[in-house]
Amino acid sequence: MKNLILLATAFFLFVSFKPDGGYKVGDIATDFSLLNVTGSKISLGDNKVAQGFIVVFTCNHCPFSVKYEDRINELNKKYAAKGYPVVAINSNDAAQYAEDSYDNMIIRAKEKNFSFPYLHDETQAIAKSYGATRTPHVYIVQKEKDNLIVKYIGAIDDNADDAAAVKHKYVENAVDALLAAKPINPDFTKAIGCSIKWKK
Amino acid sequence: MLLFILHLLFLLLPAEPVQEVTLEQLQSRVIQQNNDTLYVVNFWATWCKPCVAELPYFETAAAQFKTQKVKVLLVSLDFIRDKQKLDKFVLDRTIKCEVVLLNAGNPNVWIDKIEPEWGGAIPATLLYRKGEKLFFREGEFEQTELDSLIQTTLSH
Repeated sequence: MKNLILLATAFFLFVSFKPDGGYKVGDIATDFSLLNVTGSKISLGDNKVAQGFIVVFTCNHCPFSVKYEDRINELNKKYAAKGYPVVAINSNDAAQYAEDSYDNMIIRAKEKNFSFPYLHDETQAIAKSYGATRTPHVYIVQKEKDNLIVKYIGAIDDNADDAAAVKHKYVENAVDALLAAKPINPDFTKAIGCSIKWKK
Repeated sequence: MLLFILHLLFLLLPAEPVQEVTLEQLQSRVIQQNNDTLYVVNFWATWCKPCVAELPYFETAAAQFKTQKVKVLLVSLDFIRDKQKLDKFVLDRTIKCEVVLLNAGNPNVWIDKIEPEWGGAIPATLLYRKGEKLFFREGEFEQTELDSLIQTTLSH
């Protein structure tokens, strides 16, 4: 019986431990300074002309992220000129997935002609602050005075497998609403994705 | 003669091991059951390495608790177009637990119907009995943890 209680306690402790928290829509998002695939560090604050950013937590290895690579490129091409560029961040532990190493990020960005910064969150601190749990996981932030306000959290669209079969383009819908100064609906969505691989 | 041999071969080939189900079928078969079987439902996919890594734990648990009222169901979230790949995976690995392929449409709609706390990352595991959700986790298991979870739940 003692053993069972011990086990149950250990179990409860394990279950209670998860990187929860993170941002909700309306929260102030932190800026960061992360290494881009070009070799230089990038902060959101560096871009003085942007009205906001489409921050995408993604990675190299995840099949869902791969499915979305072209769509993320298109998002940046469509919205960077309108004031909402894409900033992609890879937070995965490369010790678990060598494919997600910084060197492999550089290779992938070249192969796929990423038109946006692809940043390495090596300490995973930014994914934890934002509350990103899967890839891809999108946070749209808008500049308000000196702050970055979270306006949308969730999926890029409703069909990872087939871009041609998408019915709801959630991120486009959200940025269009921001550009038109209208409320975003929905401002929070879910998707299946790979879990972010936390360092052990 | 050739036709006969082909026919024989066809009969000897294993049937497609994985059944495709809608969310409603999954719910009516497992989640809303009013018997005292403990349903262990694991969401996974062949492309998800940590999911594949923990599959043997679910197989072992199912074998270990086979004399008790425990049913382990592996719900694949592979892309529907990859069903053949999934069938092959299940056959190659001789997976004994039942595997179904969920075809439920927009994840933003169905994920919340399974579990509002679930962000959508896999693996994810839930326990049900008598239509009641007893446990949810987004994340992996170790063998001992899974065994003790089932054991603890059975004794309550």
